[in-house]
This record gives sequence, structure tokens and C-alpha cells, in this order.
Amino acid sequence: MAHAHADTAHHDEHHDQPISGIRRWLFATNHKDIGTMYLVFSLIMFFVGGSMAMVIRAELFKPGLQLVDPGFFNQMTTMHALIMIFGAVMPAFVGLANWMVPLQIGAPDMALPRMNNFSFWILPFAFTLLLSTLFVPGGAPAGGWTMYPPLVLQGGNFVPMLIFAVHLMGASSIMGAINVIVTIMNMRAPGMNLLKMPLFCWSWLITAYLLIAVMPVLAGAVTMLLTDHFFGTSFFNAAGGGDPVMFEHVFWFFGHPEVYIMILPAFGIISEIIPTFSRKPLFGAVSMIYATASIAFLSFIVWGHHMFVDGMPVAAQLFFMMSTMLIAVPTGVKVFNWTATMWRGSLSFEPPMLFAVAFLFLFSIGGFSGLMLALTPADFQYQNTYFVVAHFHYVLVPGAVFAIMAAVYYWLPKWTGNMYNMTLAKTHFWLSAIFVNVLFFPQHFLGLAGMPRRIPDYAVQFTDWNMVSSIGGFGFGLSQILFAVVIIQCVRGGAKATSTVWEGATPHGLEWTIPSPAPYHSFTEAPEVK
Amino acid sequence: MAHAHAQETDKYYVPHQSPWPIYGSVTLFTLMAGAIATLNTWLPAWSLLPGFVMLALMFFFWFGTVVDENQRGMYNMAVDRSFRMGMMWFIFSEVMFFAAFFGALFYARELAVPWLAGGGTKALDKVLLWHQFAGSWPTNGPAALGPRADGTFETIPALGLPAINTAILLTSSVTVTIAHHAILANRRGLAKLTLALTFLLGFTFVYLQAREYHEAYTEFGLQLGTGIYGSTFFMLTGFHGFHVTVGAIMLTVIWLRLMKGHFTPQRHFAFEAVAWYWHFVDVVWLGLFIFVYWL
Repeated sequence: MAHAHADTAHHDEHHDQPISGIRRWLFATNHKDIGTMYLVFSLIMFFVGGSMAMVIRAELFKPGLQLVDPGFFNQMTTMHALIMIFGAVMPAFVGLANWMVPLQIGAPDMALPRMNNFSFWILPFAFTLLLSTLFVPGGAPAGGWTMYPPLVLQGGNFVPMLIFAVHLMGASSIMGAINVIVTIMNMRAPGMNLLKMPLFCWSWLITAYLLIAVMPVLAGAVTMLLTDHFFGTSFFNAAGGGDPVMFEHVFWFFGHPEVYIMILPAFGIISEIIPTFSRKPLFGAVSMIYATASIAFLSFIVWGHHMFVDGMPVAAQLFFMMSTMLIAVPTGVKVFNWTATMWRGSLSFEPPMLFAVAFLFLFSIGGFSGLMLALTPADFQYQNTYFVVAHFHYVLVPGAVFAIMAAVYYWLPKWTGNMYNMTLAKTHFWLSAIFVNVLFFPQHFLGLAGMPRRIPDYAVQFTDWNMVSSIGGFGFGLSQILFAVVIIQCVRGGAKATSTVWEGATPHGLEWTIPSPAPYHSFTEAPEVK
Repeated sequence: MAHAHAQETDKYYVPHQSPWPIYGSVTLFTLMAGAIATLNTWLPAWSLLPGFVMLALMFFFWFGTVVDENQRGMYNMAVDRSFRMGMMWFIFSEVMFFAAFFGALFYARELAVPWLAGGGTKALDKVLLWHQFAGSWPTNGPAALGPRADGTFETIPALGLPAINTAILLTSSVTVTIAHHAILANRRGLAKLTLALTFLLGFTFVYLQAREYHEAYTEFGLQLGTGIYGSTFFMLTGFHGFHVTVGAIMLTVIWLRLMKGHFTPQRHFAFEAVAWYWHFVDVVWLGLFIFVYWL
């Protein structure tokens, strides 16, 4: 693999450039093309899901029902969640993996390029199915993204559409995850042993294991919903000896690892960015790997904390409370290591670093409120309130989404060959960082004061903080237009980027050894890693 | 090539442009749309047909392309390793799919049903809701769901057909292993014979399972709608039977390839992948035999 072959290189000459036209994208097998499609798809879904959030915040701006009817409001909350989770965050991470894993391990492409195309192109069809539920009799799913029976089974024509859309998304995720694992385990350049591998690849490797383990369980859970609804089974029907709570167990056995599926790749991204802009190697790199693996393991044994009030033996409540709090230990290791990496570093604050530092602070807030929710007796008060909404939005928006934006700002010059407008990007950062707190921080107060989630109307005493939150929401939503503008400008042109792009990036990863933009086919001859 | 290996290139083969994945995505969408239209009674069941036809064509052409590339020696050992790992992780995902249904079985049997009958801290449920419900397994629930007016049903005795089916699947695992050793020893005649035996045993299993279902539906009062027992019984054995059918079809395809002269003692990934799949189906059956039929 390591020697250069003049004649094999010659054989590839006519494939060096992408073919023109739509076939390049429809028939794509190139990891960069597929990564780009994933990222563009994710950005579109981010705006679709975001516009639904705008509807929610507009309705909640003041008490009373003014803009939408309650049924449609519930459809918005449900669809917003499904789209953001399965359409925006997960595909964005898969897109980043597609672009960066082969570049970071020195591989010519993903291991299974046709399956790679398949796992992407399933997604637009899956979301066509999901979004078209808005236009069928009875409307879109409105019982929450968790699809709890019996409520979800009382829905109209959306039921099979929702279930098959989830099946398609699951198939796509499983294929994407298999591709990541096989690529990392089989395609590393000579000398790139697992401990030399960049942290982004490591966190994705562990995420991929989680995906393969739990997406089939979700498929099983929604299949049981399907047969209960259409074929007379009694999985979730007490009259036949089943139990609706059983769905929650099966669902959250998927659902909790899913939470980490949406944050572990973010951890990997932050572990790439902070050393670059601190001009120091990552502090405790090996402990980072152990911490990520511990979090992944623990994620399988904490699902009960989503259902403390469902009726559960006290022993089980204690177990789920303790195991949940245990996750704070490896997470604390990670936050400590990031902070220690910055300690006495030569820091500079380009847009990726700004997002990474904001991630550090704001994700930790989400982590702390998670610890509060983990306490069983305290959870009895917090459950189903806006406190929960504030908690998971803190880990997902300034957590996962900020990490994705950091990654885009970090690697965009490598992808396009152009630097982007730094001022505009920093403006985007500051507006996002300020508005995201205006948006979500008041929701802690609302929740502690008792405002329930998933309602279109509320008692008048909640008005002030809801108004603040809505203003934050509109501000955050509008600021994201800047993100799209920066990306579009950068794709169309700009100052030429060097191959290193960032002054501090040199020692961190093979991706900085190839030119910017990365050539259509990179590492067709494997590099030698020392 | 600077130094040519037999049938081995140094470069990892990356296909340039393939129409099959996007065709596959359209296929899945068509299939799902047909299923949705059928379930929502927008269209009759024939609306599923286009999806299934397209699916069959997808497998034929996509796998055909891969087999052809393989026969032309375009895959080196690194590609072979990728296929192996991919197949292993696919089987692991299948294991987790079955785990969801086994989990449902254990949860219902050990927790949900006893609780309905007033177990644990749920004594009030029994007094207020289901005071006539004993909560013993097998059960079709407090409302005694099912086809019979008196609410009774019978289960399939483990020592009848299920025991025979266990013997059939275990035997087929042995024959497929003999076939593997025969391929390794380049004794193709033996390989063809034992592989044929394997898929014939597989299809026999499916046939016997179909007869068992027929008996359950017509004589035992055991149907998909027979409460939680019927649900777990038919969903677990049904998905398993579907996997056996798929596995037997895959074995048949491998057998046809063997007849065409494919596979060498060194390179026969497709055979091994199908053999792994077959062993997986076998192990799932052992779980079913113990926890669904026997205990």
C-alpha cells in the first residue's frame, strides 16, 4: 500500500475530476461529494425544523391562543424534534465523518462507497414521507417525538408514514455507522495506529457502535407500534396483557444512547479545535478516549431516568439515578481536559474557537441541569416542565449544534479552498451565543415555576419569561441566516486558503497535509505516518 | 503493476459512479409508499407490488455488479476485509433488532403480566381493574383477547414440530460447515452437495413453520391477536421465519454461483457471509426454542 505506483496513478487520471451535471450527485461514490450532500441536507433541515420552532415561539409569545390551533401547535413540537434530531444533527455529523474521517486517517475514500451513497439518498425520501404527513387527513404526528402509545396510535393517516420514515432513517444511520467503523478499522494509513488517530475519528468510532446497537431497537419499537395499530397485537395494550410503559423502556433503551450519538461526535470536534487554537497538544488525549468509551457504555444503563414517574420499583429508580450521575465523572474528565489544554496556551479566537469555548461553558450548563434531573425525587418536580426543555436544548443547541458550526468554520477552508468572511462569522457567533441564552435560560425559570412543556397556552404569570424566550428565539433564528450567508460566500470565492489553514493546525491531523481545497481524490497512495 | 500479485491489486477499489444506490432509495420509497397506501386503505394491496418488483431487481443488478467486479479481480484483500467487517456489523444490528423483541417478551412475562395481576406494588390494580385475572404465562391478557368466544387458546408443544425444526436447523448448520471445509479443500462436488442440502433444509424449515402457523390459526386459537402471548410468539417466530427465508434464498444464490464455478479456496467471502448469517439465524432459533416454545 505504501509504495507509489506510477502506472496505477496513470490509470486514475480520467477520474481525477468530478463529472458534471446531476449524475455527479445522484450516482456519487466520492466521500467528499456525499459528505457535502449530507451537510447541505442537514442545513436545509435545520432551517425547516427551525421555522417550526419559530411557530412555537410565536404562539408562546403571550398567553392565550392567537396564531395556530392547539393541534397544529402539537404537530409543530413533534415535527420540530424529529426533524432536528434525525434530519439536522445526525446527518450533519455523518456528513462531517464522510468528509473528515478518510482525510484524517489517510484513506482514499470510505470503505463501502456505494453503501455510502445509499445511506445518504435514503434520507431525502424518508423526510419526504415525514414532512408529507403535514398534508394528510388528521395532520402530522402530534403526540411528541417519543411516539408514546396509546396516544400516537390514536393518530390518523400519519401513523404508517411516521413509522416507515423512522425505519428509513434507521436503515440510513446503520449503514452510515457500519461505513464509519469499517473505514476506521480497515483503511488507516500505515503507521496510523489507533492511539495516533485523531479524536474526531475516535469519538465517531464509538458513536458508530452506539448507532448499530440502538437503531435496530428503535426499529423494533416502532414495528410493535405498527402491528399494534394495524394487525391486532397487544404489545402496548393492557387488555391483552401488554403494557404501554414497555414502549417507553424499549424506546429509551434506544433514546438514551441516541442522546450520546448526538453529542460524542461534538466532543470529538471540540477535541480537535481547542488544541489548534491553544497551540498545544490535547491534554490527556488517552483519557479522552477512555472517557468517551465510558460515557458510551453508561449510556446503555441509564434509560430509566426518562421515566421516573411512570411507576418503577424503588430499586430501579435508585439504580438509574446512580448510573446517571456516574456519567458526570467521564464528562467531567473531558471538560477538565479541554480546560487544561487551554491553560497557558497561546490562545487565539477565530470563529471555530469561539464556538468551541462557548460550547465548553454552555454545554456544561446543560450537563449540570442534567445532574439535577437525574435526582429521582427532584425529577418528580421537574419532569414534563420547561426545565427539561431548557436542559436538553442547552446540550443540543449550544452543545451539538455549536460544535457542528465550529466544525464547519474549522474545516470549510479545507473543503472550499477559500477563507470565509471572519467578521461576518464572528458576528454570527456573538449573535448566536447571546440569543441562545436569551432563548433557553429563562426556560429554566419557567420550568421550576411549573410551566408544562408541549402546551400552546399558559397561565399569565409565565408571560414575562416567555416573551424574553421568544425574543431570544427570533433573534437566534434570524442570526442563522448569517451562517448560510458565510457558507455561500465562502463556496463562491474568497481569499485563498493555505493547506494548513490555521496557524496552529500543523501537528493536528493528516487533513492539513493536503492542499486546500482537498483534491477530489485524496490519499490514493497511502501516506506514511510516523 | 510494479510487482503483480495473483489477482491482487495494490489499490483499494473505489467504484466511480453507481446508479444502484439511488435506484435502491427510490425502491425503498416506492415500497414504503405502497405499504402506507395499503395500510391507510387509500389503495388496494397491489400497490405493494411495484416496490417488491423493484426490490428484487435492485438486489439482482446491484449484487450482480459486485459479483462481476469481484470475478474480474478488482477487489484486493483490503476490500475483502471491508466486506467481512461490514457483514459482521450488519449481523450485529440484526441481533439488536431481535433483542428488542426478546426484551418485550421478557418484560411482558416477568413484569407487565404479574403487575396486571396485582404483583409488586400493584395490588390495587387487581382490586379495581382486573380482579379475575390470574396473571400466569402463557396469557392473552385480562380481556382474554383472541378468536375464540370463550377466550381460551392453546400453545404449540415444544416437543412436536418445534423440536423437529430445531433438529433441521442444527443439521443445516453442520452441512453448511461441511460445505465450507469442502470449499477450503477445493472439493467442489462435496461443497455443491452439502450446500444444496443446507438450503433444502432451510426451505423445509420454512414449510414446517408455515404448517405450524396454519395449525395455530385454525385449531389452537393462537393468532397474532391472541393477546401478548400471540403477539410475542408470532412477531418473534415470524421475523425469524422471514430471516430463514431470506437466508435460504441467499444460500441458493451462493449454490448457483458455486455451480457457475465461482469461489476459490482462498477467496469466497460471499459464501462465508451467508454462512455467518445462517449461523446467526440458527442461534436466534435456539433462543426462540428455549424461551418461546419450551420454558
